[in-house]
Parts: sequence; C-alpha cells; structure tokens
Amino acid sequence: MRVLAAMSGGVDSAVAAARAVEAGHDVTGVHLALARNPQTYRTGARGCCTLEDSRDARRAADVLGIPFYVWDMADRFHDDVVDDFVAEYAAGRTPNPCLRCNEKIKFAAVLDRAVALGFDAVVTGHHARLGADGLLRRSVDAAKDQSYVLAVLTRAQLDRSIFPLGDSTKAEVRAEAARRGLAVADKPDSHDICFIADGDTRGFLAERLGEAPGQVVDALTGAVVGSHSGAYQYTVGQRRGLHLDRPAPDGRPRYVLSITPTTNTVTVGPAEALEVSDVRATRPVWTGGPRPDGPVECEVQLRAHGDVVPAAVEVDADGLRASLRRPVRGVAAGQAIVAYRPDPAGDVVLGSATITAA
Amino acid sequence: MAYLDHAATTPMLDEALEAYVATAREVGNASSLHAAGRRARRRVEESRERVAAALGARPSEVIFTGGGTESDNLAVKGVFWARRAARADRVRVVSSSVEHHAVLDAVDWLVEHEGAQAGLLPVDAVGRLDPERLRAELAEHGERVAVVTAMWANNEVGTVQPVAELAAVAAEHGVPFHTDAIQAVGQVPVDFAASGVSALTVTGHKLGGPTGVGALLLARDVAATPLLHGGGQERDVRSGTLDTAGIVAFAVAVEAAVKGQQEYAARVAALRDELVERVRQAVPEVIFNGDPADRLPGNAHFSFPGCEGDALLLLLDAQGIACSTGSACSAGVAQPSHVLLAMGADDDRARSSLRFTLGHTSTGADVDALIAALPAAVERARRAAALRTPR
Repeated sequence: MRVLAAMSGGVDSAVAAARAVEAGHDVTGVHLALARNPQTYRTGARGCCTLEDSRDARRAADVLGIPFYVWDMADRFHDDVVDDFVAEYAAGRTPNPCLRCNEKIKFAAVLDRAVALGFDAVVTGHHARLGADGLLRRSVDAAKDQSYVLAVLTRAQLDRSIFPLGDSTKAEVRAEAARRGLAVADKPDSHDICFIADGDTRGFLAERLGEAPGQVVDALTGAVVGSHSGAYQYTVGQRRGLHLDRPAPDGRPRYVLSITPTTNTVTVGPAEALEVSDVRATRPVWTGGPRPDGPVECEVQLRAHGDVVPAAVEVDADGLRASLRRPVRGVAAGQAIVAYRPDPAGDVVLGSATITAA
Repeated sequence: MAYLDHAATTPMLDEALEAYVATAREVGNASSLHAAGRRARRRVEESRERVAAALGARPSEVIFTGGGTESDNLAVKGVFWARRAARADRVRVVSSSVEHHAVLDAVDWLVEHEGAQAGLLPVDAVGRLDPERLRAELAEHGERVAVVTAMWANNEVGTVQPVAELAAVAAEHGVPFHTDAIQAVGQVPVDFAASGVSALTVTGHKLGGPTGVGALLLARDVAATPLLHGGGQERDVRSGTLDTAGIVAFAVAVEAAVKGQQEYAARVAALRDELVERVRQAVPEVIFNGDPADRLPGNAHFSFPGCEGDALLLLLDAQGIACSTGSACSAGVAQPSHVLLAMGADDDRARSSLRFTLGHTSTGADVDALIAALPAAVERARRAAALRTPR
C-alpha cells in the first residue's frame, strides 16, 4: 500500500513509520505544522510543534530512507481545535483537544488530502490496536493506551488508518528506536496540550476570553460563597483553586459541580454531589459492530486515563445514554464517553460520544 | 531521476571537480610565506584573474566569499555602512520587490537594527523592473540613498532585468548599484565593466562549481565595511582563510560557463521551449509566469490553477521528478511566493506555482518524464485542493 506516516518528531511516530516501511508499504513521511508561530526549540517536555520537532521528524525520515514533507495545517488546526477548545470552555464544557485533533485534523483533513493524493492509508504512532478484524482495541501498554482519543473515529476513518504500535509497550518502542538508530529514542514524552506551550491553560483561556467576573454558589444552601474571574477557568470535579470566601457550613471540602455560562455561575458542593449514574451524550459513533437495538452491557470510560465502570449503554443515531452500574464522580460535559467490550485480546472500542449531561 | 531544479543547484562540471580534488590534495595556506603557502597563493591569484577575465572585471575587484548569501550581505550591509559613515543621513536602501531573501532580509535587518529606510521598486506583471521608477526614487531621495540593489535575473520566474539601464540611472546620481547575478552568470552574457554596476554577486554552485564559494565583484572606488573581521585576507573587506581548492574549482567553472554560455543558452532554451509547449498541451489551463522573451534560458515557471504547488511537488517527486515551488520556506512550511505576489498574482495563484529549471545535464528524456507524470499529478492535486474549506 501507499501510506502516509504522520511524523510528529517523537519516538512513537518514528517507529510506527519504520514498521510501516518494514511491512512493505510505500511510505511517505509528513510532519504537520500546527502552530502558527512555532517556537524554535522545545522547552521541557511540552508540545510537539517546534521547528526542532520538525527537524527531528525529518531526520527520522532520512534514517528510514523515505520522502518527507511538512504540511501546513496551522489554519485548520487553529479553527477546528484551538478555537473549538476555547469555545467549549466558554460554553462551560471541558474539551479534549487531542480527540478533536484526531477527529478533525489527523484522520480528516490529513487523511482526506492523503487519499486525494493517491495514498491508501495514514499511519500514526498512536498506542492502540487495529487489526484485520477492523476493531479498535486498547494497547497492550495500559499506561500508554490511546484508544480513548481514537474512539471518535468512524468506520470509514478506521478503514484507512494503521496503528503499528498497539502490540508494543512504550519501553519496547524506545528500545526499537535505539536499535534502528533513530535519535529520538530517548526524547521525552510530550505532555499536556501542545498548543499551550507553558502549560498554563487558565492563562491561555483568560487571554482569549478575558475577565468575566461571576459568583460561586453553594449547591446545598444557594448562598454565594465566593467569586471568580471567569467561569471557563473551572472544570467539573475541580477542588483546588476555588478560593472560597467562606468555608461551607458543614466544614467539608467543596468541588465544582457545574458551570452555567448563561448566568456565569460556578456551582460547588460536597463530593457526593458529584456522583452521577446516568450519562447522556451526543454525536455518537459505533464501530465495534452493528449498532445495537437495545441496551448493551459494557464498560465505559468517561475521561482520558480515567477508570472504567460497568454500564448499560443505549445508542441511536442522535445520541448515547449510559446507566452506570456504580456512581462516578466528576463527569464533565465535553469529554468523551467511550464504551469498551472487555476482551482478553485487548478491550474492544464499541463506540463513543460527547458527554452533554450527567 | 529527472532533475529539473538546476536553479537550486546544478551538478559540478567534471573539470571543476577534477581541479577541486587536485588542489585539495595540496597543502598550503595562501597567507603563509613559505613555498607551500606561495603555491596556494598562486592558485588563488590565477583563479582571481580567470574570474575577472571571464566576467569583465579587474582582478583587484574580485573578492572571494563563502557564496551568494555572503556576497549579497556584504554588498548590501557593507556598502550601506561605508556610505552612511561618509554621511550620516544617507540611510536609504533601494531594492526591488522580487529580490532573493539574501538581499531582502539583509535590507530588513538594516531597517530593524541600523535605522535604515527601505525603498522598494515594484515590478510589472512579468516581474520586470522599470528604470524610470528608479529614476523617480533617486530624484526624490538621491543624496540620502546609500545603495541600490537589483538582481540581474530572477531566481523564481527567470525574468532578466534591464540591469545596465538601472545601473546607468544609479550612476547619474552617484549611488553605488549592486546586482545579484547568481542566476545570470553562464546563462546570459554578464560583463561587470560594461554593465556599469558597482558590485556584483556570483556563486559557484549555480554554474557548475562547488557550493560554499563565490565572489563579490566590487569596483575599486566603492568602499564596503566588512561583515567578518579577522585576517583581512580579501582586500581587508573579507576575512577568513582562503578556500584554495574551492576557489580554483569556482574559477574553472566560471570560465567554462561563460565561455560556453552562447552555445549552452541556445541548446537549453530550445529544450525549455519544448518543455513549455508540451506542458501547455498537457495542461491547457496552465499560466506561464515571467517575461516570455527576456528570461533565463533554463527557466520555465507555471501556475497550475486549482492545484497547490506543494501537492504537485510531492506527486512529481514520487515519480522521480525534482522541481521546486520556488517559494521560501518558513518553518518548513511553504509561503506564497513574494515574487508572484509582487507580480500581481493572488494568493491562490502564487501557491499553485511550480518552477522547472534546466541545466547543462538536461536532456529531452527529462522533459519526456515530466510530461508523462504531469497530467495525473495535476488531476490528483486538484482533487486535494478541492478539499480545502473555503475561508
């Protein structure tokens, strides 16, 4: 096959490209320029969008002996991921930009362009399994598993995707990179949100959304217990940084229960008030088989790196509803709910949707 | 492989390569006083004379440098500094909107760091400068202009400028005129003295010599403040141990390129015309850019409506065809060509462009390979471009 390997400059995508070459594919490497004003050097372990990363990717492509190009996706990324990220926070939700990037950029804008240019598939260094059965499964490396942020992909997108790393642990990938002479073998993992170089998400949002002072209200008493400078700075389940003026009457810690953009109010309450058992979600995809007619017993994951809980999931064309078998705390609108079917060969992604209410 | 990117760099001539290897085997620093040093010095000075003779300059006007970018920077910054030192309000630098970045960015640097004022001469739709615009510029700012710089021939669209006319206008006002002749030497007749320019940039690797060696021809009465300080090896204007082997090979290449220019230009222009004609047949909507008559013999430059040059390059590269989008890269991301924008092209047309440049090793088979691959590449690139969401 003629395949396009998306190469971030990190060790995973470099080894994924190497494995695609070894599998006999005709591989072309592409680095996606996502930042409008890229920094020259990486600072710490953040981000993946500096010129240094681009050069690392090019060097890896050289070592593999494959053509290499840089594709400018900065405008698309800005519109579909960064603006969306800001708008979601402004709407009181908690977005996952990696998921959105997969949905809109890597497996949409990039994949579509690749297909138009005559490529058959896109290869990435995501840690997830996608075998001949077409099912997306968790990586063997549970700590590095990225199936959660890939679960948004449709059948058509998965059919044109190759994830060569799903059967390997991160340690194995690094060892293989060293064996193959790839200089990125020891490169630190990237963390956090790639377009917020200093890791200061609040500051990033404040710059874009400005100050919007409002009240912090206690859910039990209805009393105003504090103020905030922007409701977008809060996430459901958050405990730290609330800066309440007065302690709650019951003396127990308070958590963010909900954010109401219309009134610019942050509602706080005790931990048990965070517990939800019923989750509703929109924009469902279902790739683990034919869409079921009735409830399906499965496990659901409600945030990246979150625990799974048993649930009964019902899905139709417009939405998804999950009845959790035990309550979960801190379920935030905007995050994805991903349904998995436990399987000894790797838990299978059944489907996913964007949480609207819990 | 069909190599259609000779304007980026062209293969070394056999005689230049042989001269390089033979000289590189010899020990000797041209600044040393002993026999080995004298031998190296002799090679350098013989080369200086050959370059001077080939380009219509005096040997004392040849300053060897590390290549085109250094020569351009030395001419623009060096002459600016020297002229401003003579008169403090002489801070205007006049260039054109289609210069290479080695000139444009040097001017920008002077503006940002040295208080210079930039005057930018426009071009017409084929990328050609109008000497009358320079006349008007100098009539307005004459005394305050430190240096005028305009390229002999454009590296992207191949348009050859009326350099002698421009130089004459500058001379009327007593302002030094520099020309970047990197793309011109060996392609069109270039004579330093006859052209009337005060400074001329030439580099080795565009004409069959090695990369990393070139020269600035600088008239004896034009002062330039050095960029590099040290031993003062080249007329106290340029320091650094002379690259004897590189200089020898450069001189061999310059001499050969100039000597063979007429025959070369006739052969390559005929091949280029065939390429243009066949591209037009294969892709009738294509737009041919640059001056149709006054252009470099090896240059063919097109816009492919509805395509992105980047996508075409990738697709042609996969078929073993090397060409260029001709545009500068910023962070590895192609920017729309400032040359095409200056010629009045819109962003889409600028981004849809590809440059094919022929050279001394080009054959009809290269053109055949391009024509065989081009229609399918254009078709695919169109499909890819159609995916772009309208903005």
